[in-house]
Amino acid sequence: MKRKPMRILPEALKQLFKKPATSKYPFEKAKLYAGYRARINFEVEKCIGCKMCMRVCPSKAIEIIPAENQPQPQIGPDGKPMPVKKIFNCIMNLDRCIYCAQCVEICPKKALAYTQDFELAQIEKKKLRLHYKN
Amino acid sequence: MEMITALVYIAIFPGFFFLAVYGTALQWADRKICAVMQNRVGPPWYQTLADFIKLASKEVIIPDGADVKMFKALPYIAVAAVITAMLFIPITSSPIYSFQGDMIAVVYLLTIPTATFFLAGWSSTSPYASFGSMRVMTQLFGYEVPMLLSLVGPAILAGSWSIYDISAYFSTNPKMLFFQIIGFIVSLLSVQGKLERVPFDTPHAKNEIVGGQFTEYSGILLGLFNLSIDMEMVVCAALINAIFLGGSWQLGGWASIVLFLIKTFAIVFLFTAIKAMMARVRIDQMVKFCWKYLAPLAMIQIIVDICLKYTLLK
Amino acid sequence: MAKITIPLGPQHPALKEPENFMLVLDGEQICDATVNLGYNHRGIEKAAENRNYIQDIYLLERICGICSHSHVSCYIGCVEEIAKVEVPQRAKAIRTLVAELERIHSHLLWLGVAAYEMGFETMFMYTWRDREQVLDCLEMLSGNRVHYGINTLGGVRRDINAQQAKEIIKKINYLEERTKYYVNLATEEPTVLARTQNVGKLPYKVALERNALGPTARASGVKMDVRKQEPYFIYDKLDFEMITYDSEDVFGRVVVRVLELVESYKIIKQVLSALPEGAISVKVPWKIPAGESVFRYEAPRGEDIHYVKSNGSEIPERVKVRAPTLSNFQSIPYMLKGDYLADVPITIAAIDPCMSCTDRAVVYDAKNGKTRTFDWEELRKYSIEFYKKKGVNFSTK
Repeated sequence: MKRKPMRILPEALKQLFKKPATSKYPFEKAKLYAGYRARINFEVEKCIGCKMCMRVCPSKAIEIIPAENQPQPQIGPDGKPMPVKKIFNCIMNLDRCIYCAQCVEICPKKALAYTQDFELAQIEKKKLRLHYKN
Repeated sequence: MEMITALVYIAIFPGFFFLAVYGTALQWADRKICAVMQNRVGPPWYQTLADFIKLASKEVIIPDGADVKMFKALPYIAVAAVITAMLFIPITSSPIYSFQGDMIAVVYLLTIPTATFFLAGWSSTSPYASFGSMRVMTQLFGYEVPMLLSLVGPAILAGSWSIYDISAYFSTNPKMLFFQIIGFIVSLLSVQGKLERVPFDTPHAKNEIVGGQFTEYSGILLGLFNLSIDMEMVVCAALINAIFLGGSWQLGGWASIVLFLIKTFAIVFLFTAIKAMMARVRIDQMVKFCWKYLAPLAMIQIIVDICLKYTLLK
Repeated sequence: MAKITIPLGPQHPALKEPENFMLVLDGEQICDATVNLGYNHRGIEKAAENRNYIQDIYLLERICGICSHSHVSCYIGCVEEIAKVEVPQRAKAIRTLVAELERIHSHLLWLGVAAYEMGFETMFMYTWRDREQVLDCLEMLSGNRVHYGINTLGGVRRDINAQQAKEIIKKINYLEERTKYYVNLATEEPTVLARTQNVGKLPYKVALERNALGPTARASGVKMDVRKQEPYFIYDKLDFEMITYDSEDVFGRVVVRVLELVESYKIIKQVLSALPEGAISVKVPWKIPAGESVFRYEAPRGEDIHYVKSNGSEIPERVKVRAPTLSNFQSIPYMLKGDYLADVPITIAAIDPCMSCTDRAVVYDAKNGKTRTFDWEELRKYSIEFYKKKGVNFSTK
């Protein structure tokens, strides 16, 4: 078998004049590709409360609850109460979320969407429980 | 008065203080250069100091069944032996103490830290530590002979066993240095074994036997052992500098100190390059390599030197 | 010197995951070795029986951090077979693409780990630096570096566009060049050769007998690759070679893995040059009809087998995972016998172990040296007793 000692030396010496490959992340902004899955955003207006997201969430991180302040039923011109769209809020437990974005995919009304917001570490556990409301 | 100057020599220059500062600085340079070679960032300049302070502030844990007195005394003995060795090596034009045969004394003083490493592992009574100390001893028999043989060649040429005389000889006959290249390479490689660096770092190979002989050491005791290795690096570099690179070239004063720093740094750079480009070899392969290649090469060097002295230079 | 027994693990710098190897040593030489599993059991199979099919995708993805696509593809293969779903060609091609990118990332990672276990840190740093390229490809393609989540029942979740394909080709070309360098480095550097040649010998016969898989088996000359034997996805239409080597040692495993990298680059280029048009997924009903299925998949570490049994509801009745490492562990004691202590890390690393994939709950009784498995009831009883001793009472009674 061919043997060549010190084969890596030229490469190693070349590195002396190059910048390190390490990314200086906390000091420089991290480069993300479009489509990186981070925090899931929720739009109250779009949600119809089908709770499909709750059904597919692998870690039971998402919770859809009826909003506290529902719109008052209004009386239509014919004297009957008009049908009113119920409003739903979303509780997102970031400590449980695994950022698979399956909820985004299953949502029929596109009320959920992933963002590029990935710096989510918190010292207090309470702050990891996001409450999206109207 | 003599007492005070001796104390200054031991405590400040070229003793403990100088060795500790320069040793940790070289240790940092070694780590930083290695990191840059590996395309990494590497530690900041205060890293080695911070490591030492951290270790010094930690609790010392002594394992059950260990010989407490010996366990505690060993790191101090290692540091003391290294400092003593440094006193015989010339930094400025003349060394602090010199006598015929001080080269042999330095080599033996440099064996004392290795012996303390062995005892440290042995007295810790843990399987990993005893494996480490067994390997320390096996490795000692591997590199010690080639290292000593490689130093014999220049000594024969200079006709003296004193380090100062050898470096003085080479500074007057610089041409002779080119004939010492084999011995220089042999000594560089065998010093890698003495300092327990890649490719000969089997005694504390972390993937195999965790911390090796230092597995059970902690706190200031471990810090002192690390410091003694750093200091040993300086002493070994200084020894190679004095014997193979002509020491201070009779410059004297500050110039010789600057020259000393530059040359020892260059030697440490070579150490780092060797460390960066090789894998760790097994202990049996290490001993085989030392006896099969290094020792014969050192013998060739001696023969070359004898021929030079008694035929060509007559 | 008398024989001594030393533990390697569960906490040891050579092991990246907790697992225990008891080594009986005579000086530096190993007389006997035993593997003890069970430090990393997570009960994933049981958990899979409590979640629906879609949730299980993400659960099973987390069996392993490195071959995450393998486990999911294997599971999804089973489910699609039971549901009799015809997956579109484009989805199959994208799955193949991700599978090969994953193989590259796993093999490069392995090369780095092997170099690290040999104490060759410079090579370790270089391979891991280059591995970032393929991780970037995966992030661009799927939206994450490790748990890609590209698979879904009936297809894939994300399509690939021309620009992405171009960038992947660019990165693959760079990696191809680097891999040539690593081939030379790993096969010519004397210290690497000294550490790998004639280490961890596993002869052809023993490899078959002990059911070695993947690169470990192929380095012993066993011709075995699910991609060739039982092609899934679009592997039957691709032109690539099965790499085998007959040195039967760690060196052979290095060579097989490095050459497989080259094959993977070939596959990726083929897939990207002839990407079929069409939809990327079809709809799969929530409830999967009753049935059972087994799927074989060539993960980077060897053959991965999943078994799924459905009962007509939206929750699987049984999911069984056989990770490749479990099978490869059988040959470790054989490989270690007669070697030196210094060879242990590299020999263990040579099968590319993934402990957390493998673990099943097993109890090792140190007194009589017997091993037995706990069943669910026993385990529950044991855990209640264990916590009672600590002063916590979990039992409902």
